[in-house]
Amino acid sequence: MVFEKIKNLVKHYRKKSPEKNNEEYKELSPKQLMWRKFIKHRVAVGASVILIIFYTMIIFAEFFAPYSVNTDHIDYLSAPPDRIRFIDSEGKFHIRPFVYRRIGERDPDMLRFVYTEDKSKKDYLSLFVHGEEYKMFGFIKSNIHFFGVDEGNIFIFGTDQRGRDLLSRVIFGGRISLSIGIIGVVIIIFLGSIMGTISGYYGGLIDNVIQRFIEVLRTLPQIALWMALAAALPPALPSTYVYLGIVLILGLIGWTALAREVRGKVLALRRTDFIFAAEVSGASFGRVMFVHIIPNVSSHIIVTATLIIPEMILGESALSFLGLGIKPPMTSWGLLLNQVREVQVLKHFPWLLFPGLFIVVSVLCFNFLGDALRDVSAP
Amino acid sequence: MGMLAYIIRRILLSIPIIILISIICFIIIQLPPGDYVTAYAAIVANRGGLASQQLLELLRTRYGLGEPVYVQYWRWVSGFPRWDFGIAMSINDTPVVDLLRERLPLTLILNFLALIFIEAIAIPVGVFSATHKYTLMDYFLTFIAFVGISVPGFLLALLIIFFSVFYFGSQYIGGLFSPEFIAAPWSWARVVDFIKHLPIPVIAIGIGGTAGTMRIMRANTMDVLNQPFIQTARAKGLKERVVIYKHAVRISINPIISRIGVYLPEILATEMLVSIVLNLRTIGPLFYQALISQDMYLAGTILLIISVILIVGNLIADITLAWIDPRISYE
Repeated sequence: MVFEKIKNLVKHYRKKSPEKNNEEYKELSPKQLMWRKFIKHRVAVGASVILIIFYTMIIFAEFFAPYSVNTDHIDYLSAPPDRIRFIDSEGKFHIRPFVYRRIGERDPDMLRFVYTEDKSKKDYLSLFVHGEEYKMFGFIKSNIHFFGVDEGNIFIFGTDQRGRDLLSRVIFGGRISLSIGIIGVVIIIFLGSIMGTISGYYGGLIDNVIQRFIEVLRTLPQIALWMALAAALPPALPSTYVYLGIVLILGLIGWTALAREVRGKVLALRRTDFIFAAEVSGASFGRVMFVHIIPNVSSHIIVTATLIIPEMILGESALSFLGLGIKPPMTSWGLLLNQVREVQVLKHFPWLLFPGLFIVVSVLCFNFLGDALRDVSAP
Repeated sequence: MGMLAYIIRRILLSIPIIILISIICFIIIQLPPGDYVTAYAAIVANRGGLASQQLLELLRTRYGLGEPVYVQYWRWVSGFPRWDFGIAMSINDTPVVDLLRERLPLTLILNFLALIFIEAIAIPVGVFSATHKYTLMDYFLTFIAFVGISVPGFLLALLIIFFSVFYFGSQYIGGLFSPEFIAAPWSWARVVDFIKHLPIPVIAIGIGGTAGTMRIMRANTMDVLNQPFIQTARAKGLKERVVIYKHAVRISINPIISRIGVYLPEILATEMLVSIVLNLRTIGPLFYQALISQDMYLAGTILLIISVILIVGNLIADITLAWIDPRISYE
């Protein structure tokens, strides 16, 4: 009987213990907690998806673009965008989207091209069509494009005055515009963190000198400095070097904001006990900086960097729009917008404004993302 | 000590900064290969003229070419107190001083108006957003703010032209006057025409800043409204309106007003881009033209002048702030 009682007691207590209740306790690392918090920002998640799509498209630009960046289609100069249809002129519905073949004629009165659809010829869209040959990354040879038409042409964003497909140019241009953002921000992270940490950690004269220098640099409007330096690039410089030059210019002028932020954080961290302990145990400056300080400011750096990327993109777009930035044969979104500077062009070929949409969407997405990251990392 | 001493001290402190900036501008001038005279000859050749040897020699002495760098710097800078800013090679050798006199007033007006526009709209809307947070209107305004930050000024100016031409059929392609008033002398009607054309550039310049400031104002006000003293004010029985406007806003507005000096360079930068697109006669397009024609002396000079304008503007803003806010000491 005593044995019975003991068994019941044990059963009773075992029931109450957590393992028996159907609750599961999981331990979540800080990273997982941050991820969950991030997911709650639906807009930022959507923005991230869009950005991932953009970057994927530009990495494999040769594959995603129906044409290559500089192919002239002389039969289709300044053509408006193709209209993708599902219902043909007889009212029949087709599952596969199609475009009508178009014929261009010069209007005798206005000396411009007018395009009429030939309703008898339907060009169906296909995926993975064989198109122009390309060499992706310099060694992958192929001619398969993500989508296109087997015969005829499809210009989803229309063409420019030399008959080049705008969608393809937007995708290739995105390669420049979006990559400049990333590379530029890497330069800024590097320069800004180091300067900020040195400034904040050592204090005194070094800090003073660096701060005055930053102040002077910030008095000049960034764009004016960018413009002046970009204009100082030799005019005969080939396209790739211009690209490097632009990236350097954007990075070398833009680091001051990050440096100030980092300095603030480092100043705050200096007074903490663990840094003091590290110093007292004889850690070198390099060790303190890389092992102790930088990991603690890293979240701050990431947030600030995410919000600097749109500045870089806008800066490069402005420079290229004004003709001071990227040069042909490379193209960027800003340079594509350069085409519409004259009002006449804007009036007659408004579809050339599409690159602007991409600029706005990219910048918007980065802003949303940065905002959410700031929310997530704020203690 | 007092206000006067504070002002004098600030002015004295700005002088080394201006000198440093002038050095930076001079470096920029010297960046491209070639010197003043070769650039001059090239530009003159470009417009189909001929530069006499005599003129080139004169220029050589004037700018100290062939002498050490610091002499050249001194030659360049020493003209400024005499209002000698050189000549604009790409604009038929017009003295820069005349160009500045022509364009400076408009530049200042546009930037000032844009600043007023930003503060006048962003602050009330920000407060509204904070007091009605998480409502539909708040989300809508937040969204508009994000779009405002993301559309670059020059693109906005392009879009404005696009829409006004397409949807409103207007002939507006930039500039600040209707065709009949462009070269006309100043008259009352011209002033009215000028005022009628102002909103478009001011809005194009101001929207970006408005969007950003609105968000900041909203965040600040939300922070302030969470504070205990607001609770006290409400508990005291004060009307909500008084609580918000008399107490909360006065605190939350402070960071924004005190940072006006920091916004000025951005406003100026946006104004420059918008003016270039809309063909306004301000300093921005002049700077751009100098760069395009590789007239680096003009570009560097303008850069220096822009910086001085910004420093002066910053100074005025800080002094006004010190005057208004009793908490700031003059020490």
